[in-house]
Amino acid sequence: MTGNTKVVKKIKTEATRIKGTILQGKKPSMKFPLRALSNVRYHAKNGYFEMRGRKKERTLTVNTVKTFAQTLRMMSLSKDLLETDDIATKREAYYVSKNWEAARFNEQPESDAVIDDVEAFFGLNREQLGFIPEEKGGDVAGRLIVVDQDRDTKKKIRIDCTKFGSGAYSIPIAVEHLEFETKADFILVIETAGMFQRLVKHNYWKKANCILVSMGGVPTRACRRFIRRLADSKKLPVYVFVDGDPYGISNIYRTLKVGSGNAAHLNEFFCVPQARFLGITPQDIQTYKLPTHPLKEVDVKRARDAIKNDPFILHHKPWQRALEQLIKMGVRAEQQALAKHGLNYVIDTYLPEKLRHPERFLP
Amino acid sequence: MTGSKKRGQKKTGRKSAGPAGKRATGKSASGGGGKTKTGRTRKAASGGVRTARKRGAKKSPPKTSKKSAGKPAKKTRTLATSKKPSGEAKQKRRPKPKSEIALEGLPLFEGGPELKAETPAAIQGEPSPRVPRAIVGTPPPRGKGTKERKGFQTAQTIALRQREISISEFFAKNRHLLGFDSLPKALLTAVKEAVDNSLDSCEEAGIPPNLLVEIRELSENRYLLRVADTGPGIVKSQVPKIFGKLLYGSKFHILKQARGQQGIGISAAVMYSQLTTGKPVKVITRTNPRQKAHVYELQIQTKTNTPVIISEDTLDWEQPHGTQIEMELVAAYKKGLRSVDAYLHQVALANPHAELVYRPPRDSEIVYKRITEKLPAEAKAIKPHPHGVELGVLLDMLKLTKARNVKGFLEREFSRMSARASLDVLEMAGISPTTSPKRITREQAEELIRAFARAKIMKPPTDCLSPIGEELLVASVASEVEPDFHTAVTRPPAVYRGNPFQIEVALAYGGPMFSEDEIVKLTRFANRAPLVYQQSACAITHSVVNTAWRSYGVAQARGALPSGPMLVVVHIASAWVPFTSESKEAIAHYPEIIKEIKLALQKCGRRLARFIRRGVKAREEAKKRSYIEQYIPHIGAALRDILSFSEREEKKIVSKLSTTLEKSRKQ
Repeated sequence: MTGNTKVVKKIKTEATRIKGTILQGKKPSMKFPLRALSNVRYHAKNGYFEMRGRKKERTLTVNTVKTFAQTLRMMSLSKDLLETDDIATKREAYYVSKNWEAARFNEQPESDAVIDDVEAFFGLNREQLGFIPEEKGGDVAGRLIVVDQDRDTKKKIRIDCTKFGSGAYSIPIAVEHLEFETKADFILVIETAGMFQRLVKHNYWKKANCILVSMGGVPTRACRRFIRRLADSKKLPVYVFVDGDPYGISNIYRTLKVGSGNAAHLNEFFCVPQARFLGITPQDIQTYKLPTHPLKEVDVKRARDAIKNDPFILHHKPWQRALEQLIKMGVRAEQQALAKHGLNYVIDTYLPEKLRHPERFLP
Repeated sequence: MTGSKKRGQKKTGRKSAGPAGKRATGKSASGGGGKTKTGRTRKAASGGVRTARKRGAKKSPPKTSKKSAGKPAKKTRTLATSKKPSGEAKQKRRPKPKSEIALEGLPLFEGGPELKAETPAAIQGEPSPRVPRAIVGTPPPRGKGTKERKGFQTAQTIALRQREISISEFFAKNRHLLGFDSLPKALLTAVKEAVDNSLDSCEEAGIPPNLLVEIRELSENRYLLRVADTGPGIVKSQVPKIFGKLLYGSKFHILKQARGQQGIGISAAVMYSQLTTGKPVKVITRTNPRQKAHVYELQIQTKTNTPVIISEDTLDWEQPHGTQIEMELVAAYKKGLRSVDAYLHQVALANPHAELVYRPPRDSEIVYKRITEKLPAEAKAIKPHPHGVELGVLLDMLKLTKARNVKGFLEREFSRMSARASLDVLEMAGISPTTSPKRITREQAEELIRAFARAKIMKPPTDCLSPIGEELLVASVASEVEPDFHTAVTRPPAVYRGNPFQIEVALAYGGPMFSEDEIVKLTRFANRAPLVYQQSACAITHSVVNTAWRSYGVAQARGALPSGPMLVVVHIASAWVPFTSESKEAIAHYPEIIKEIKLALQKCGRRLARFIRRGVKAREEAKKRSYIEQYIPHIGAALRDILSFSEREEKKIVSKLSTTLEKSRKQ
């Protein structure tokens, strides 16, 4: 694969540079972008968090020799994976390191950090390096045909997402090679599997002519990338339907739309700038008289922290107001709270009413 | 055990019982200075009550006399206790019969030899500054003209119930003041009193102490305590009073470093034993190998604070000289930080010249060997220093002195008062040097005290102190915990309130006996006696907490003791250790004392820091070296994997990189 060849070449170039430096009798070094929320800026026009320029330089010294060796080892593993067109989960990479004697990792978080370093170093994502996460990508149902490829025959495979009955199509870990065919009007992204099940079961996608995607909590990179590629290639609007609480807003929705602070070097690919917030908004709680739970201390803290420090929220006044309103009300409401008015109230009333005015969705 | 009694309070001031019957524990005292003088007078024998009032001083109705205390019956066994086997020593040291002693010395009150041994005290005249006048034996007003009202008492009816309380009765009710408040503490206190006395007497007699402490469990919460020493023994006639009378001892009136101070301790233990078991204590003592040992069974008559001899006999004892006390008491034997085990351990630590055999109730015998044959330098008794004297004490001294004029008085009764200094002081005070001490008024005495403060007076002599010494401290600590590092500092003597004192600190760090994360072990000593309770109230703890240990490489949370594999030993030696309470558990917070402790701690800390830094450096060095050896081959191997070059190339990279790093590290 050409993608792989390109990456292998990058790795070799870097290794050659390091080797050259060593042979000159100098200490080699590597520069990594600093991966932290403080090194992130919300770029409104591009629509995602991007890295500010800060980098840290890791020069090979007595103190860094262990990490340095591990990083090179990891790059070497990546090269092997790419050359043989194989993949390794992060957990598997950790076990491979057990062959490295003194340079082995004692705990998986150590090896994960080195993998993150390597991907940030090359400005690639870990799937491009041959490493895959353990996590599941998310589920899809509705008016969509995904075009995949058979690994052996290279024949195209057309997967019709309307044909899963009460089940759903699972987003694969690597989505770069997928192509799409659809006549849907929009993509509806749902936080909980429970709500997704309800909408699938009642064929909501047929009624609303849409594609349903379940995130199951904070969306994985694959899920974000899938939605992004689908929305970009078919010019579809993306509406997000999550719980009405600080976590749903500032963690799930924010991460889907603009990316995360930690993987800022990759947000360019793993974000969905066209996403809009359908609900549940703080206003919905009042409008629909939803049953609520009191906000916990962590919720309030999370909301205040977002208002103060999250570059995305800071950029959007309406979001600040919405969060303030939530704090003031002191309550939160889940998606399923709509069931108070009848199990299918969400399908018959709530979603149609909301979808009549997409322009009112929060940014 | 010897006969000296100790403990009690420091005081000399006057005290008498208030009508309320609160009577003095030994605590009321006034300053430290007067001990010498006031005391040496009389001793009391048994229960007769005498008043100590001086003639002419206030007139007391009969009732009062009962309550005012006499001079306490303390007697000084000046050279007393000890008796060495040698004839000369023997003669010199034999105590005089009590009446003789009572009369020698200073002129006394008219009271006569028998006073009640109440609190130390009341001499006459001016009340000591600490005791408000009101409670000084003023008689209850006789009810002239008082109207009787229904349901209320009159002064007369109240007066019917007002009577003297003997010191023994007082302590019988207030045993917590003496350290007998809980069962485990009672056992420890009894051991402590006996051991303190034994060590004091051996040292006074110049005998290297050999002690036996045995605790036997008789039944639940019932123990038999036996403490024996090889000291000089106690003269037969003194035995009953030493053990059977509170506030009877040799140390109260002498300004000199000793474990005991007041003469309460061992008799309090006897009283505790008696209160809890009803049994007498058994004392064996022998002063001369050519005579038989005397065996007494004693109790205390609490109403009168007098000893009661239950039986008396002689015995062929295996020891040529020495004393043994055996008492049964209700108590509890516990292990741990504040146990008898820990206490004796610490005694051994601070007394490297003593051999200690300990037989605990259940475990096998423990022997603490003598580390040095050298006895500590004998501490000398000193006269009070002018800076420590208080008004009441000064007034008492003026009344009691034999000097004919004030100048002579100052020179004779105080340390560091030369002729020149005395004249200076008197001039500042505006008093003629030839004035008779008896004529000095209270106002003049106040002037005198102010002049003391202003005049240039040499610091008190310090030969009354006997520190353990850096060398022995280090040896003790080293044998105790086998540390990786140890050091000790003995500060030069310093002075608080006219009392000389000296601080010693030893510090042990690392080694097999410690674990990393615990709070450091702090061991406190006052005149070689361990302080076990009330650690947090003690000036020593305060000083350790307020030393910046982090700058020496030792972890310390704010406002807490440092933590780490460390033992800190602090010893304060003083002719008068300022305890915060009678049970001698914590040192009072005098700024001078805290400063000295901190200086000593800091010096030890700086030495420790050097050690710690060396260790840290060496460890880092080794770690870095091994890092290079361990990881550089992986860099070579990884590059080779990626770039597929030859093995020779790989070796070249590894050696080149190793050289580069080694070089950069040395720069």
